[in-house]
Amino acid sequence: MIAVAGKRRIVWAPTLGAPDWTLTLLALGLSVVGLLLVWSATRMDGDHGLLIRQAVSVGLGLLLMWFVSRCDLRVLRAYVPLAYVLALVSLAGVLSPLGVRVNGAHSWIVLAPGVQFQPSEFAKVALALAFAVPLGELRDGQARPGFGGVLLALVLAAVPIGLIALQPDLGTMLVFAAMVSGALLVSGAPKRWLLVLVAGAAAAGAAAWKLGLVRPYQLERLLVLANPAADPGGVGYNAAQARIAIGSGGLTGKGLFNGEQTAGHFVPEQHTDFIFTVAGEELGFAGAAAIVLAIGVLLWRGLSIARHSASPYGAVLAGGVVSWLAFQTFVNVGMTVGLMPIVGVPLPFVSYGGSATVAGLLAIGLLQAVHRTKAMQP
Amino acid sequence: MPRARLLVLRLLVVAMVATLVGRLWFLQVVSGAEYVRAAADVRIRTVPVAPVRGQIVDVAGRPLVTNRTRPVVTVDAVALAHQPDGGRSVLERLGEVLDQPYRQIAEKVRLCGPEVAQPCWQGSPYEPIPVAEDVTAPVALQISERQQDFPGVRTELRPVRVYPFGAAAAHTLGYVQGAQGRDGLEGVYDRELAGRPGRRDVAVDNTGQVTRTLREEPPVPGNTLVTSLDSRIQTIAEQAVARALAASGAKSGAAVVMESQTGRLVALAGLPSYDPAVWTDGVTAREYKRLPLLSQAVQGEWAPGSTWKVSSVAAAANAGYGLGAFYDCPSGYTVGNRVFRNFASADLGLMTMHGALVESCDTIFYRLADQLWQRGSEAMEKTARGFGFGKRTGVDLPGEAAGAVPDRASKKALWQATREESCRRAVKGYPEMADRGRAAYLTAIAKENCRGAGVWRGGDAANFSIGQGGVLVTPLQLARAYAAVANGGTLHSPRVGLKVVKPDGTTVTTITPPVAGRLPASAETLRFIRNALSQVPRKGTAEEAFKGFPFGKVAVAGKTGTAESFGHRDTSWFASFAPDPAYTVVVVLSEGGRGGEGAAPAARDIWEGIIGLRERR
Repeated sequence: MIAVAGKRRIVWAPTLGAPDWTLTLLALGLSVVGLLLVWSATRMDGDHGLLIRQAVSVGLGLLLMWFVSRCDLRVLRAYVPLAYVLALVSLAGVLSPLGVRVNGAHSWIVLAPGVQFQPSEFAKVALALAFAVPLGELRDGQARPGFGGVLLALVLAAVPIGLIALQPDLGTMLVFAAMVSGALLVSGAPKRWLLVLVAGAAAAGAAAWKLGLVRPYQLERLLVLANPAADPGGVGYNAAQARIAIGSGGLTGKGLFNGEQTAGHFVPEQHTDFIFTVAGEELGFAGAAAIVLAIGVLLWRGLSIARHSASPYGAVLAGGVVSWLAFQTFVNVGMTVGLMPIVGVPLPFVSYGGSATVAGLLAIGLLQAVHRTKAMQP
Repeated sequence: MPRARLLVLRLLVVAMVATLVGRLWFLQVVSGAEYVRAAADVRIRTVPVAPVRGQIVDVAGRPLVTNRTRPVVTVDAVALAHQPDGGRSVLERLGEVLDQPYRQIAEKVRLCGPEVAQPCWQGSPYEPIPVAEDVTAPVALQISERQQDFPGVRTELRPVRVYPFGAAAAHTLGYVQGAQGRDGLEGVYDRELAGRPGRRDVAVDNTGQVTRTLREEPPVPGNTLVTSLDSRIQTIAEQAVARALAASGAKSGAAVVMESQTGRLVALAGLPSYDPAVWTDGVTAREYKRLPLLSQAVQGEWAPGSTWKVSSVAAAANAGYGLGAFYDCPSGYTVGNRVFRNFASADLGLMTMHGALVESCDTIFYRLADQLWQRGSEAMEKTARGFGFGKRTGVDLPGEAAGAVPDRASKKALWQATREESCRRAVKGYPEMADRGRAAYLTAIAKENCRGAGVWRGGDAANFSIGQGGVLVTPLQLARAYAAVANGGTLHSPRVGLKVVKPDGTTVTTITPPVAGRLPASAETLRFIRNALSQVPRKGTAEEAFKGFPFGKVAVAGKTGTAESFGHRDTSWFASFAPDPAYTVVVVLSEGGRGGEGAAPAARDIWEGIIGLRERR
């Protein structure tokens, strides 16, 4: 936002460029579509509660997005350690008696009745910020992060990932891994590090397997993808119902609020992880593809922002954010169309969920901040 | 920033978008139609709508079988399956309210499958499963008012079969299981009574709850079966048989009342019977085994005794014997090396065939049979078959017995089939039998059968002529034969059904008893027989039973029968008819003693009941 003439310049934005309106409009549009789909998915319950909560979340998210987008990266940088520590504390808090178990995993902290949040969503924002520090703040003469930087970055990432593994929340762990990979890639870290990372991930997976950290239900989900018929009443049933709902939408869909499968609640978690099935059934190929394309364009813009970032820190931050959003989109839509196992991650900007919605819009705010932060004038 | 690295990410984003959009295209556009069908399968359930089954009424429209609704507690298996504990807690609560153990209810509602053995629910999981029938109003109210405690449980009114006359005509009416008529008229006229089920296409949600009705095809109610039964005469007949059985201590008996002119059945009583209401609540396998499901009137077979003599007299006429000629009725008659005796060895002197019927002389028939046998004539057997014996009447009731008319060929065949066993028994005897007398008798028969080479001998013919020696008839066969004697010789295939009527009262079909044949007897012979039979209740073997009977009102004619059955008391018969009302009434009492003592009084009761009805009109 350009300050209006006559008003005092806001102190934390000494030299901000113009925002990327495409990015803002796409995020806003997707959020509105998300609201409509949440309404459609919950309309049969005769209760607007979820819709109203989601609208509040979107409003709060937009406010925070606007606020963050008006921050110079160098100002934000000052708060990164605090954000990181807060994220770790809240992630640990989930495991404390404050946490609420859902589907066998601790994911929520309840602050007051009806007010709860998912620390792992905010941890995504905090990690994106923190992770970019060792990778993007290079000493003079360095073109890319060295051994120490990469090691520190991996340590920074390992702690929250470990905490999330204890919940356990496989989906979020995978999002973090994607984020770390994307950020490393953009930072220009040596290839061998990327290889080490892949090997490390494989080793970690094997270790988790051996130590029994992977819960049976997670394994089940992976197996069901291979053979949906193996479990008609369980996870495979859900996958089949999701495919049926989307497939029955045809080219143009049955019309918003006219989805018959949606009305019958045949698809589980339809306002959250499976919200895309509402789009598929009611808006058809036209609407569903448009949502995918919109996110694609948004991500493309994000990568352009990374490309043109005034600082390596901004580039790494943008790379991490884009990887996070891209991975979630691919996994979420992929599981509804039967390309991916059923892993519980929300569709950015669209799924119902306060924490995820606010975190997603915050991420757009970060991209805007990267975009608008100008290089220091020497 | 290294552009190459960013390019990797850009390519990844493009690939992701392309993959997802391509997959969406495949799902929604290429295979869209298939998924539209699959979606409908998920969303739409076709529920059959049961039609109301037609009534069965008597000739005057009095309901013999009708429907009423009663509260039934049903459980929705799909809804239960969606509850966190699979519905266990709901069923446990329901068990407390219904006073049934949880396990019992759980067995009723679990769905049959390859892994699940009976008891289990064999119907569709989408139709409500009944767990308790005819619950009391307080229980029904509790369940409907505490719906929050009983999700998936409902009370609904369901039609059930009601039998206003209780056990009356139970065998004739049959019963319904599921929606299927079984046994009796319910089985035979099932297609007419059943109606046509409708269907309802309903939208359901993921818990199987119906959200709305998409299409409805109403059921076609079943038609009413009007029968020729007169429920009042049915009741009279049943009471008469029951009284006679109580008096004699016998177990089983039957009465048939038929319209002589048409072959329509007016009453069919058979004891032991049961109350068909037992079917409404379902019958356990053990109860089922104990139910007296045999219809004595249609499925019971007994030796006819002297009632058979109408056929033997006709055979004599057919063989050229004069019915008015005089025959000697000595106390005994020797066939081969055996002396065949009259009842109580009475010597009745000379008499015509008229007397032979009225006094029920046996020796006249022994001689007749012996002479015919010596001539090699099969007039007796042929005539008996002409009277409709030895084959089913074709009545519109299931499981009819055919009776038996033994002759040369059948005896030979039987002998061949049983020779080995007979010869074994001839040597070994029947050591396992407690009743020594019966064992000795059977051993003697076995010896005879082993030696005898299965030859039809004079003794067989003699026994045959008086309705013994392997002759078996059903009460229905005998009634039809006597009705034919009464109506001038027409044998009908009897019918209980009179017409099928639509719910709006229009007649769909009228059922006419088909003519099954003509008696092998001239009109003159039949008149002679009728004339003789008219004397039996007045001064013959049934005189005692009919003392004081108002013959002026109804001129009942009839014939007694007493059939020996070794080791049991005699089977008692009375076959009778009257010109007006033109009914034929046959009563049989197994172990009822002499025909004049057991069955004749019961028949008189029925006739008097019929007279009473007439006078009340």
